[in-house]
Amino acid sequence: MPYFKPQTAAAAAALAFCTLPASAQQASKIDVPILYLRQEAELPPVLSNLDPVPEDLGIAGAEVALKDNQTTGGFLGHNYTLQVVSIEPGGDLAGAAQAALAGAGVVLVEGSAADVLTVADLPEAQGKLLFNVASGAAALRSADCRANVLHTIPEDAARTDALMQVLVAKQWKTLALVIGPKEGDRIYADSLRQSASKFGLTIAGEKEWTFDTDLRRAATTELPPFTQDLPEHDVLLVADEADDFGRYVEHNTWAPRPIAGSEGLEGFGWTPVLEQWGAVQLQNRFEKQAERNMQSRDYAAWTAIRTIGEAVTRSNAADPATLRAYILSDAFQLDGFKGRALTFRHWNGQMRQPIAVANARALVTLAPVEGFLHQRNETDSLGMDEPESACKAFGG
Amino acid sequence: MTRLALLLMTIALPVQAGEIWVTNEKDDTVSVIDADTLEVVRTYPTGERPRGITFSKDFSRVYICASDSDTVQVMDPATGEILHDLPSGEDPEQFVLAPDDRHLYIANEDDAVTTVVDTESRTVVAQINVGIEPEGMAVSPDGKIAITTSETTNMAHWIDTATQALFANTLVDSRPRHAEFTADGARLWVSSEIGGTITVFNTADQAEIGKIRFEITGVNQDLVQPVGFKFSPDGKKAFVALGPSNHVAVVNTETMQPEKYILVGRRVWHMAYSPDNSQLFTTNGVSGDVTVIDVASEEPVKTIKVGRFPWGAAMRPTKN
Repeated sequence: MPYFKPQTAAAAAALAFCTLPASAQQASKIDVPILYLRQEAELPPVLSNLDPVPEDLGIAGAEVALKDNQTTGGFLGHNYTLQVVSIEPGGDLAGAAQAALAGAGVVLVEGSAADVLTVADLPEAQGKLLFNVASGAAALRSADCRANVLHTIPEDAARTDALMQVLVAKQWKTLALVIGPKEGDRIYADSLRQSASKFGLTIAGEKEWTFDTDLRRAATTELPPFTQDLPEHDVLLVADEADDFGRYVEHNTWAPRPIAGSEGLEGFGWTPVLEQWGAVQLQNRFEKQAERNMQSRDYAAWTAIRTIGEAVTRSNAADPATLRAYILSDAFQLDGFKGRALTFRHWNGQMRQPIAVANARALVTLAPVEGFLHQRNETDSLGMDEPESACKAFGG
Repeated sequence: MTRLALLLMTIALPVQAGEIWVTNEKDDTVSVIDADTLEVVRTYPTGERPRGITFSKDFSRVYICASDSDTVQVMDPATGEILHDLPSGEDPEQFVLAPDDRHLYIANEDDAVTTVVDTESRTVVAQINVGIEPEGMAVSPDGKIAITTSETTNMAHWIDTATQALFANTLVDSRPRHAEFTADGARLWVSSEIGGTITVFNTADQAEIGKIRFEITGVNQDLVQPVGFKFSPDGKKAFVALGPSNHVAVVNTETMQPEKYILVGRRVWHMAYSPDNSQLFTTNGVSGDVTVIDVASEEPVKTIKVGRFPWGAAMRPTKN
C-alpha cells in the first residue's frame, strides 16, 4: 500500500477500502469471457432503402450491456470481456464455433433456428450456456429445444399474441390478412393465425402478395383493387417480415382500415418509442454509444449479457452450470426497462418479457394487456405456455 | 355570523401553514399546493424535466433538478424567480442537501457519477464514479456518509463525505430507487423497484439486517414496486410509495412488516409531509395528481390535479 498520512481513522479506513474490490462480499477476481457468434445472412432486396438494416444490429446491444456489466464488475472484481466472431454467408459456422467456444463459457448466437442448433449440438458446446438472440422460431422453444440454449429474443408467438390482446381489448375482432411470398412471411402468418384463434379473433379472408411492380410509384393505383375484394374486416394484417412491401399498404387500401402485423401496429421485443419505465435511460445510453436507435435484436443481445452479468453478480461465479441454475431459479430477476422483472421460463428457457405493441411513433400498450390473466404470471399469456411446449430438455 | 365562520376556519387550520411544491416532469413546471386549502395556488416554469426538489434549511431557496437542462436551478420560493443555475453534471435526477446546508450530493443518471456541488461557491467539489444509472441519494444525519443507489448496477454506494471516496458497495435487489437513513442514523433503507423490496442495512458495518416485502390482494405481484418513502416523525412507521400498484404501504419500522395499504393515484412516486405532519402528499405520475393522506387515520382524503407526470415533492412552511 502506498504511504499516506491519514487525517482521521475514518478517512484511513475509506482509503484502505478503495484499494480493495469494494466491500467484503468477495475475495477473488472472476473473469467472464463472453462470445458473440454471428452467422451473417444475405438479406433479400427490398422495395425501399429508407431503413437499411444496421451492420451492428445485435452486436451494438451486446456492447452496451458489456459496459453496464463492466461498471458493476468493477465494484466486485468481476472482469467481463466480449469477443465477436462473425461468419460470412455460407461460411463454416460449425468450424468457427468449435474454435471460438474454447475461450468462453457463455455464448450469444445470432442466426437462424438451424444455426442455433448447429452450434448448440457441437461437442464443444456441451456444458456451455448459449443465448439465442435472433430466432423467434417456435420449434426452438418446443421439440427442438436444447438444455444449453436460453432465448432472450421473444418467440414469434409472443409478438403476435401481444398484438391480438390489444385488438381484443379494442374489440377489433374481424381481421383480414395479406401474406408476402417469403418463407419468413409464411411462418409469421401462421403465428398470426394461431394467435387470432387463441384469443377468439376471426381472420375473415387472406390474400397472397404476388406483385412484382415497383410500389414506390404504383402503390396508390395497385393496392386499392388488390384489397377491394377482401371480406369486411376491422383491421388488415400484413405478414411481411422482410420489410419489403408492407410500408406501402397503409393509407392505400380500399377500405379505411388500420394496418397491423409486420407494419403499422406491431409487437416488438424493443422499439425506439419505448420511453416509460426508465426506458429513456437505456435508449440514451444506446444511442450515445451506437449512434442509432435500439432495435429488438439489440435488446435481445443486451438482455442476454445483462442476464449473464446479473447471474455472475449474485452467484459470484462464472461457470455455466452455476449461472444456468441461478438464471432458471426463482431468485433471478432482471430489470429490462419494461416495467416488470424479466425472468426465464423453466420449461423451455425462454425469457419472460412484456411485449411493446406500438406504431412507428408511439407505444400503444405494453402487453400483457390488463385483464388477460394467467395462473402463474400474466406475462405467460404471451407465447408458448408450459402445456403447449414439447420441450423435454429442461426436465419438463 | 361571518366572523364566527372565520373564527371557526382559523381554529380548524393546522398550527403551521405551509405549501407543498411538486415538480411536473413532463410540463417543465412546479405546482405549489396550499397545504391548508389543498389547492394549487401557483405554478412556476422550470428547466426541462424537473425531478428532484429540496429546500435550503431556512426555506429561502429551493433547489430543482432540471434533468434535461443538465443543471440544478436555484429558485426564490417567494417569487418563483430563478436566481441562478448550479453546475450539476449531466442529467441530474435526484439529490440531497447535506446537513451543513451547503453541499448538494447529486445523482447524474446518464453518467454513472455522483456530483458534489458547493452551493455557496457554485462549484463542483467532487465527482465520484458509481454504478450505472445512479438515482437514490441520502446523507446520514451526522453528515458523514452519503449514499448513491445505482439502478442498473443494483448497489448502494457508500461515500465517506470527508474524503468524497467510496468505502463500501452493497448489493440490493433490482432497480434501487430511493435511500434514506433513519433519524438516528443507525439504519439505511433502500427501495428496489423491480425487486419489489426494501433492503435495510445496519449503518455501522453496512450489513444487511432485513428485507421488507409487500403484497396487495388483487394486485399482480410484479406491479408492486416500492419507490419513494418517508419515515413518520416519530420514526415508528414508514410510508412507502408502491408505483404502478397505486398504493402506499404503511410499514412498522420495528417489525419491518407492512401493516396497511392506502389506495392513491396511478404510479405513485414520492411524497412530502404538511408542516404539522398531519398530512402526507404523494405525487402520482401517471394520473397527474397528488393524493392527500390523513396521517392519523391513514386514509386518503383528497386528490389534487397538478401538471403532467408529477415526480418530486417538498414542503415549505409559510407564516400565518
